[in-house]
Amino acid sequence: MTRPNLTSPTEAGHFYCLEERPHPEGHSTMLGFWMYLMSDCLIFAILFACYAVLGGNYAAGPAPRDLFDLDLIALNTAMLLLSSLTFGFALIAMQREALGTTLVWLGVTGLFGAAFLGIELYEFHHLVELGATPQRSAFLSAFFTLVGTHGIHVTFGLVWLATMMVQLRRHGLIAANRRRLMCLSMFWHFLDVIWIGVFTFVYLMGMLR
Amino acid sequence: MTPHPAPATGPVLGRLSLEAIPLHEPILVITFVGVLFGGAALLALVTRLRLWGYLWNEWFTTVDHKRIGIMYMILGLVMFLRGFADAIMMRIQQAMAFGGSEGYLNAHHYDQIFTAHGVIMIFFVAMPLITGIMNYIVPLQIGARDVSFPFLNNFSFWMTAAGAALVMISLFVGEFAQTGWLAYPPLSGIAYSPNVGVDYYIWALQIAGVGTTLSGINLIVTILKLRAPGMGLMKMPVFTWTSLCANILIVASFPVLTAVLALLGLDRYAGTNFFTNDLGGSAMMYVNLIWIWGHPEVYILILPLFGVFSEIASTFSGKRLFGYTSMVYASVCIAILSYLVWLHHFFTMGSGASVNSFFGITTMVISIPTGAKLFNWLFTMYRGRIRFELPMMWTIAFMLTFVVGGMTGVLLAVPPADFVLHNSLFLVAHFHNVIIGGVLFGLFAAINYWWPKAFGFRLDDFWGKISFWCWVVGFWLAFMPLYILGLMGVTRRMRVFDDAELQPWFIVAGIGAAVIAVGVAAMIVQFAVSIWRREALAETSGDPWDGRTLEWATSSPPPDYNFAFTPVVHDLDAWHDMKRHRHQRPVAGFRDIHMPRNTGAGVILSGLSLVLGFALVWHIWWLAAASFVALIGGAIVHSFNYKRDFHIPAATVAAIEDARTRELAGGA
Repeated sequence: MTRPNLTSPTEAGHFYCLEERPHPEGHSTMLGFWMYLMSDCLIFAILFACYAVLGGNYAAGPAPRDLFDLDLIALNTAMLLLSSLTFGFALIAMQREALGTTLVWLGVTGLFGAAFLGIELYEFHHLVELGATPQRSAFLSAFFTLVGTHGIHVTFGLVWLATMMVQLRRHGLIAANRRRLMCLSMFWHFLDVIWIGVFTFVYLMGMLR
Repeated sequence: MTPHPAPATGPVLGRLSLEAIPLHEPILVITFVGVLFGGAALLALVTRLRLWGYLWNEWFTTVDHKRIGIMYMILGLVMFLRGFADAIMMRIQQAMAFGGSEGYLNAHHYDQIFTAHGVIMIFFVAMPLITGIMNYIVPLQIGARDVSFPFLNNFSFWMTAAGAALVMISLFVGEFAQTGWLAYPPLSGIAYSPNVGVDYYIWALQIAGVGTTLSGINLIVTILKLRAPGMGLMKMPVFTWTSLCANILIVASFPVLTAVLALLGLDRYAGTNFFTNDLGGSAMMYVNLIWIWGHPEVYILILPLFGVFSEIASTFSGKRLFGYTSMVYASVCIAILSYLVWLHHFFTMGSGASVNSFFGITTMVISIPTGAKLFNWLFTMYRGRIRFELPMMWTIAFMLTFVVGGMTGVLLAVPPADFVLHNSLFLVAHFHNVIIGGVLFGLFAAINYWWPKAFGFRLDDFWGKISFWCWVVGFWLAFMPLYILGLMGVTRRMRVFDDAELQPWFIVAGIGAAVIAVGVAAMIVQFAVSIWRREALAETSGDPWDGRTLEWATSSPPPDYNFAFTPVVHDLDAWHDMKRHRHQRPVAGFRDIHMPRNTGAGVILSGLSLVLGFALVWHIWWLAAASFVALIGGAIVHSFNYKRDFHIPAATVAAIEDARTRELAGGA
């Protein structure tokens, strides 16, 4: 076997990068954030599984038909879907380097998100007044936990959104902020996807039970 | 058993009162006094030596994967002493409690001990130790400067440490769970466990679980994104491969644990009915969910060690690993199959013959890729020049011991046999056989193998061998009797026994545990003697074992930046390839190196999590709310810090590397 002669400095490059490799800060953040989202998705998967298994255990209490108001849920779903749309507009504005427009659309997104949360809290309040509390049956435990966990995520999204808007005002559309905004956008759309699952499996199919 | 009344809750201290201090347990009081004096002496020593600044700046706030790795190892070894003390206490109790004797532990105390032993050994010994090894070695093996998210790495460690601290607090304030390590409801529900034990369990695991999940994400991204140029996936060292599989399992299974413990917590705190006996709850739902996490967990533990054994077998046989490709595929197969077997933990649930057959067969199938691995190690050794250094001795002990544990596992996988052996000491012997014989022996092999890399001196051979023989002999003495007792029908977690004929077996098991205790002591002596004689044991080449992978290409211990110039990989055993081609280490032309900056945010956020956990355990609602708000606020404040990196100037790098050049020349 021939052994290449690697004594001269130029050929040292055979085994070493003699230039410092560029690795911009945050080059792995998107992949990492995707993994986080998938791990969060698993938490929702478990909550969906619990709802699938326990969702029929009414314990002689109220069933979905007695409780759900589809018109209200449709309105709520519209709020969340519109917030995803406006978040998309914010990102388009970000690509055009328009800080002001980005902030406006983020603000609108926040308002839609807050409206979603408000309607959800109103629904929960209504259910509790009817006596349909999380403690009443395994079905209601699973329902409140699944929908409530989604709601808590939206709440965290709103806190993050507000923080993000302050950071955008302070530092502008620098690379770090653009990356963070992309992560928040993925988080926000992810919550949308989860909500589609909730709307379909909990509310629509619940009315068919 | 009837439900217990809930304890009273006050507005300021919640359920906490002086009665929570277990003054009625002499063993705990003596331990507490010992910990108080020992802890005070340690704190006084650190203060006297003026080490606080050093510890804070160089260790606690570090984002260097190597130092975080070492901190994980220290955490794991300290918690090991606690878990091992629990084991010894159980062995003594079971050897004593015959013929009307109650032994020396009351039921309340004994039940906490077997629960704490399992929880601590899995979550706060095995997990920190494997995470520590992966943290230290993986970035070096792939030729990286650090992990992808260095701050997250520091935060993950401190979250794990906070979880461990919460378990330790439960020893002296209140009580720990008395439910067994997986806290099955309805026993762990509020009706049957109204006190704080299960709450300690839930919050300790939730806090540590956040750390574990984040560190899993971190290492996956590191392995996928930061490999040296030329290192394709099929040129990755086997340890990196098995770490990748283990971390994928972590990210794909720990969220399940988080979710299921959250649901148990809701049952206990909010009165929901997920796992209760009434109002539609299903306790079997919990058992299914926790094992959907629990079975992958055992492969999370063993897979990285399979990688360690592969590296060691290859290095100490002086040969390339036999069947690298099959080793990689076997690891991936095991990772996938580990998700399809969870039901074998409760064949007796009554799912019916078809379901049990499916899970029995998938379980047996796992032995095929595992068997392939064993043959690969054997063929790696075949016609090799084997050097019987300590890492290799542990590897051979593993191969002999683990095969027996694997085979008893296949026996348990047969559903009809499992109906006889379920919950028996046969099962206890089986999983100790694979976890001690596999995970622990692997960790000892890894510690002996990579210690010179981490500290620049070898571990003492003499005490290492004493430890080795005591551990191996002690293991067989301690657990073979349990197999026999299990076959005789003795169930696990028993505190007293009626049948005097069983006692000799428990006494033998107790003697085995005592021999292991000598092994543990010898290991501590080994560390102490090695540190004491570090000049004599010094290792300056950076490559004490004639290694084959990139971690041996840099100095021992490696500089902060690991590699002054990123290596270029052409072959599977990259460092062996470089040595074979008589590569020249570049000695000039150094550049500025971009590095992450230390931060105290991880310590602060984890500390707040610990306070939050403690407040939730004791129902101190104002403190829980305050610490939660502080936690969120702290995270937001941390996000306003945009200056997270700095450059090591080329001159500094040159100075470090020149010192290394002189050292290498002097040693040659």
